[in-house]
Amino acid sequence: MNWVKSIGISIILIALIYVINSAMSSAGFFGFGIDDYYSRLLVFIAINIILATSLNLINGFTGQFSIGHAGFMAVGAYSSAYFTVNYGKAIESSLAFGGETIASGIVLLIAILIGLIFSAIAGLLVGIPSLRLKGDYLAIVTLGFAEIIRIVILNIDSVGGATGYQVGGYANFFWVGILAVITIVIIHNIVKSDAGRALVSIREDELAAEAMGVNTTRYKVISFVIGSGFAGVAGVLFAHYNRFLSTNDFQFIKSFEIIIMIVIGGMGSMTGAILGAIIVTLLPEMLRYLPDIQIGATTFKFADLRLVIFALILILTMILRPQGILGTKEITDFFKRKGGLR
Amino acid sequence: MLTLENVSVNYGAIEALNGISLHIEQGEVVTLIGANGAGKTTTLRTITGLLEPKSGAVKFEGKLTNGIAAHKLVALGMAMSPEGRGVFANLSVRENLEMGAYLRNDKKGIADDMERGFAMFPRLKEREQQKAGTLSGGEQQMLAMVRALMSRPRLLLLDEPSLGLAPLVVHTIFEAIEEIRSNGTTILLVEQNANAALHHSDRAYVLETGRIVMEGNSKELAANPKVKEAYLGE
Ligand SMILES: Nc1ncnc2c1ncn2[C@@H]1O[C@H](COP(=O)(O)OP(=O)(O)OP(=O)(O)O)[C@@H](O)[C@H]1O
Ligand SMILES: [Mg+2]
Repeated sequence: MNWVKSIGISIILIALIYVINSAMSSAGFFGFGIDDYYSRLLVFIAINIILATSLNLINGFTGQFSIGHAGFMAVGAYSSAYFTVNYGKAIESSLAFGGETIASGIVLLIAILIGLIFSAIAGLLVGIPSLRLKGDYLAIVTLGFAEIIRIVILNIDSVGGATGYQVGGYANFFWVGILAVITIVIIHNIVKSDAGRALVSIREDELAAEAMGVNTTRYKVISFVIGSGFAGVAGVLFAHYNRFLSTNDFQFIKSFEIIIMIVIGGMGSMTGAILGAIIVTLLPEMLRYLPDIQIGATTFKFADLRLVIFALILILTMILRPQGILGTKEITDFFKRKGGLR
Repeated sequence: MLTLENVSVNYGAIEALNGISLHIEQGEVVTLIGANGAGKTTTLRTITGLLEPKSGAVKFEGKLTNGIAAHKLVALGMAMSPEGRGVFANLSVRENLEMGAYLRNDKKGIADDMERGFAMFPRLKEREQQKAGTLSGGEQQMLAMVRALMSRPRLLLLDEPSLGLAPLVVHTIFEAIEEIRSNGTTILLVEQNANAALHHSDRAYVLETGRIVMEGNSKELAANPKVKEAYLGE
């Protein structure tokens, strides 16, 4: 898929997102409304899609192992929130001539840029020393980085410290949805480009890739910086949708959740990461509606056990499909006729 | 074309190469034979820049290449078919070959070279869209060789191309080596199959625990009683 085609599809998707977003307003859309609970779920699916596809670029396509994606998300969230909390209002009022929506939109765009740049720089600082070496240094370093950044933030009072940080609600489903689409388009086109082929060759056999003339260190760092940058964007959107930041949101468990998304969906599959993000966001919620079952005198409240059941489903998936639901295939591959000898 | 002068290489504290010197002239097929762990792969990796020598000089076409990164040496005109083949398992045969031409931009030339490779090993042509990981060992070796050729190297380095292959396939591989040399490519062939390697090369070096212990004309070495006993199993 080339840029022209992906931009065409994006425009359609963005129109759809606009329609859905309109339905989320209290008035609804043509009388149909999406209530707050479902709106929130849709927003979190979109944020998780950004997180999963960006981590998939690093772990799935380039074959590196980052386990601190939430750390970069935190960098994006807090750096941009600091900006909007301190300067957002002033910028908005100076832009008031263009109308409220446009002014707040511009503030959010600047915030996204700030989050992107800061998390990308963090990615560069973490990536260069750890990716120059062969082996699993990246895993250790990213794990450490994510914890350190969290503890540093916890101790900065100007971003709320331990009490949490109140942030303006600049983001809605429209923005989050658009950015999810943009992220998918950009990462998809990277993966399909010559550079993307170089990334996959590193995953397949780093030494051989180097022997083909691929500057493996450079490509690993580029992939890591781009992936980390998009994690930052997800952080910005999370901050400005949730309106409240706490360092608890960025604990190791969050990084792990993102890894689960790509492992379940299929590492190295674009649509797999998207599917994984949807499943991991929705499944625990859907399990809330499990019925109680009465056996004899005892009632089994399955809904209370939803996280246990969620874990069991994940384990079962991994046993049945260790390569993830899609493996390295894309959903579209299943609709194509297979050519050649198989 | 290529010279190594007193090259020593360490893995941490382990010394893998202990001051080896060798040279390869334009148009030659030179073989490097030796037992497991002698340091053959280490030698190739040092030449291709994947390892940096602790001391000594590696010169390619008169240029000192110590410390130049492997990906840059490809552009200078050398290519390697690595030990264990190192094909990109989840990429198709064609995509593997395209990766071999990674540094080239001439679409026409790349397509021609790919056809030339397919002519050398028609089996690869039949499996053009198949994932490299699903090829047989012999086919993977063919792929690794053609992939290395896709950068149009002047020096081709082959690390144990006959390893683990059936005699008939070994024959095919050595025929291809003859064909590649007749096209003017210089070859450094690392082999444990000393018999075939000596038979298909001009000169040979014998490596033992990081040192070159014998060198000379391949035919003469093949007749040498010590070589016969230690490497030809006679
Ligand atoms: N990455 C490494 N770390 C530490 N030691 C190594 C490493 N690679 C090789 N060695 C050691 O260096 C020595 C030479 O290894 P090398 O792979 O060059 O041998 P070889 O001649 O290619 O053997 P084979 O025929 O089995 O492939 C061996 O003793 C080996 O154990
Ligand atoms: Mg070896």
